[in-house]
Amino acid sequence: MAVNLLKRVGIFVAVLVGLCAFYMGYRQLYLSTGWTRPFKVDEYAMPRLQDIVSRLWEPAATDQPVLVQVLVQKALFTAREAAAGFVIGAIVGIAIGIVFHFSNLMRRGFQPYVVGSPILAIAPMVVIWLGGQGLPVWMPVAVISAFLTFFPVAINTLRGLDSADPRKLELMRSYAASEWSTLWRVKFPCALPYLFSAFKVAATASVVGAIIGELPSSIQDGLGGAILNFAQYYSLDPSALWATNIIAAALGILFFVIVAIVERLVVRRAPEHVA
Amino acid sequence: MTRARRFVAEWAPAVLILVLGLVGWELAVKTFGIQKFLLPKPSEIATAFWDERSILWPAGWYTFTEAFWGFVVGVFFGIAAALVLARFRPLGSALMPYFVAASAIPIIAFAPIGNAWFGIEKGSKIFIAALLCFFPVLVNTLRGLTSVRPQQVELMRSYAAGNAAVFRRVRIPTSLPYVFTALKVASVLAMIGAIVGEYFGGSQQQLGIQIKNSAALFQFETAWAAILVACILGIAFYLAVALAEIATMRRYPSAERARR
Amino acid sequence: MTAAAVSIRNVTKTFGKGGTTALKNIELEFQPGEFISLIGPSGCGKSTLLRVIGDLIEPTEGEAVIGGKTAHQARLDRDYGMVFQEATLMDWRTVEKNVSLPLEMMGWDRGARRDRVRELLELVELTGFEGHHPWQLSGGMQQRVAIARALTFNPSLILMDEPFGALDEMTRDRLNLELLRIWEATKATVVFVTHSIAEAVFLSSRVVVMSARPGRVQKIVDVDLAYPRTNDTREETRFFELATEVRELLRESHEAREGA
Repeated sequence: MAVNLLKRVGIFVAVLVGLCAFYMGYRQLYLSTGWTRPFKVDEYAMPRLQDIVSRLWEPAATDQPVLVQVLVQKALFTAREAAAGFVIGAIVGIAIGIVFHFSNLMRRGFQPYVVGSPILAIAPMVVIWLGGQGLPVWMPVAVISAFLTFFPVAINTLRGLDSADPRKLELMRSYAASEWSTLWRVKFPCALPYLFSAFKVAATASVVGAIIGELPSSIQDGLGGAILNFAQYYSLDPSALWATNIIAAALGILFFVIVAIVERLVVRRAPEHVA
Repeated sequence: MTRARRFVAEWAPAVLILVLGLVGWELAVKTFGIQKFLLPKPSEIATAFWDERSILWPAGWYTFTEAFWGFVVGVFFGIAAALVLARFRPLGSALMPYFVAASAIPIIAFAPIGNAWFGIEKGSKIFIAALLCFFPVLVNTLRGLTSVRPQQVELMRSYAAGNAAVFRRVRIPTSLPYVFTALKVASVLAMIGAIVGEYFGGSQQQLGIQIKNSAALFQFETAWAAILVACILGIAFYLAVALAEIATMRRYPSAERARR
Repeated sequence: MTAAAVSIRNVTKTFGKGGTTALKNIELEFQPGEFISLIGPSGCGKSTLLRVIGDLIEPTEGEAVIGGKTAHQARLDRDYGMVFQEATLMDWRTVEKNVSLPLEMMGWDRGARRDRVRELLELVELTGFEGHHPWQLSGGMQQRVAIARALTFNPSLILMDEPFGALDEMTRDRLNLELLRIWEATKATVVFVTHSIAEAVFLSSRVVVMSARPGRVQKIVDVDLAYPRTNDTREETRFFELATEVRELLRESHEAREGA
């Protein structure tokens, strides 16, 4: 068991080291040869790794706290929007999934429109529109996250509920069980792996949605704003943008890992079962 | 019921909902007097769609080419990487969780860096779209290649089949459903990636910029018309992949098996 | 005179309009406490008949009467327990929670449930396995859990659909003995579907031999071997004679079909 853990940690370290080595190697190679395909490399295109890391501990801007602190605060802001959206989207998604499961008509009527990703393209517009309605600034963004969560959750809830073994359903009928009882005791547990599959997708999607949603408005408090801001000043301070991206990546991975951990705790079943 | 009747019965409710939705939208805006700059009527959007076509349709095509090439690049590298990792199994299974985690990174956040590298024209959007496509294609293709049942390989070996034959006759047909699932996902992601990538900076000839600018100017009917163009192209792209899937799978009927 | 445990009156079952006739004009009566096997070739409708008795399938014509009630009422009153070929245990519940499932649904409180489960597990000789999960048990043990579950309400009727079909022969023989022991302890009527001639003769007081397409009762064989039966019973001459009789009946119907 301990050997397993050691191996896992070892692989993690190896991957980390490998990525850094790849970055530095690529950079060094391109700097010395001056190749321009696929893109030209200089200190602005690819800042030194040390500079990116050290930038985190420098002030975000003049008279401001250290960058890493500022970024973490912004990340929390974005995280709250994403989390709120995720929870709402999940609840609504599960409800709609159940409705689709029981009503074939509703399913045929509405399922084709349950396609999530394109919402991202209209996100800034929705945010502008809702923002103009006088809602608190973070709400329209949470709505985007909710939408992006709702779609995969609804679809997978439906698939999961439909996947229940017909023999188990027969068993419940032999107990003269009510529809609700069967739903709760058999169909829902069968649907859990599918649900968590959707949750993992939705975790990422709600973070992405929150970041994109922050773009158009003057929301300065989140990561989206930080990205836009540092993108503007990229020629002066490239490391800041890279550092911000690292924090954004960490946020996305964090949401994903949280869902994965909850899955491990909730879905206790035969090891071979994977959805 | 004949196939045609079944097809109609299956799709009728959805079409009905679409029609009802559009009609309801039109009436709601009219009766509640919602202002144009908040939510335009479908008829106004349709008008804008036609009026602005000389700007929107070329922009749509431009953005589509960004998405398409991003798709090609991302899929190519994704499949290539999957093939390599399928060959070196322990490496593949050790790294798999990392690839899955990598798909959790908000890749779109790298758009400004893409702009710094490739400028704001096509290149940076192709880069983003390719990055978005890469991981899902890699993860799914690798899953497909490694999901071959040992008994089938054993069978081939009993015919003294070499590695290449096993690959061609067993691994490829088995992984095809997985690959096509990934391709369909990638087609959607590529389109989204191109458009949203443009929100971080681009030029007038790109559809995303058209959406962004019209929205900023509160010309929502043009913005929605541009989105309509994006939807049409996105759906067309997806359908093209789906058709390719049907055509290919016909050659490998036995592979039409356990899809996730 | 006590009502028949199971009375099947002129039951016919056709699937789909003008589709296959699974059962035709079945007339049967089982007395309380009997052990009845249904045996026949694939497609003879024995599983269908079992499900008609259990009100899981509605007959096209005719009816099944369970202890004076309609099959439907018997199901609602939970008068019978059913065991399927696959143990149909819920992976995500422990053995204890699997067996207590029917009790939960009836609203028994936790203490009462635990006691009853303990009793039942003792009956099937699985004491100590309460906390295990289904995948941790062998196939034979899983079926014993399924049997325990079927006995929760002390049903007067037990329906079994090839419960030992997926098990190896030695486990099967052992479970046959166990089943007889449980049957004698509970004094229930058992209707048992099987493919195995030896099993049918070993367990039953009467064997209903069915013929295929459409399913009909070919003959009912009285098994006049003494209870309690042991492994030695399998080696008795009478056992062999009865098994041969059943085998020849099956061959007859098979050849009749082939000829037609």
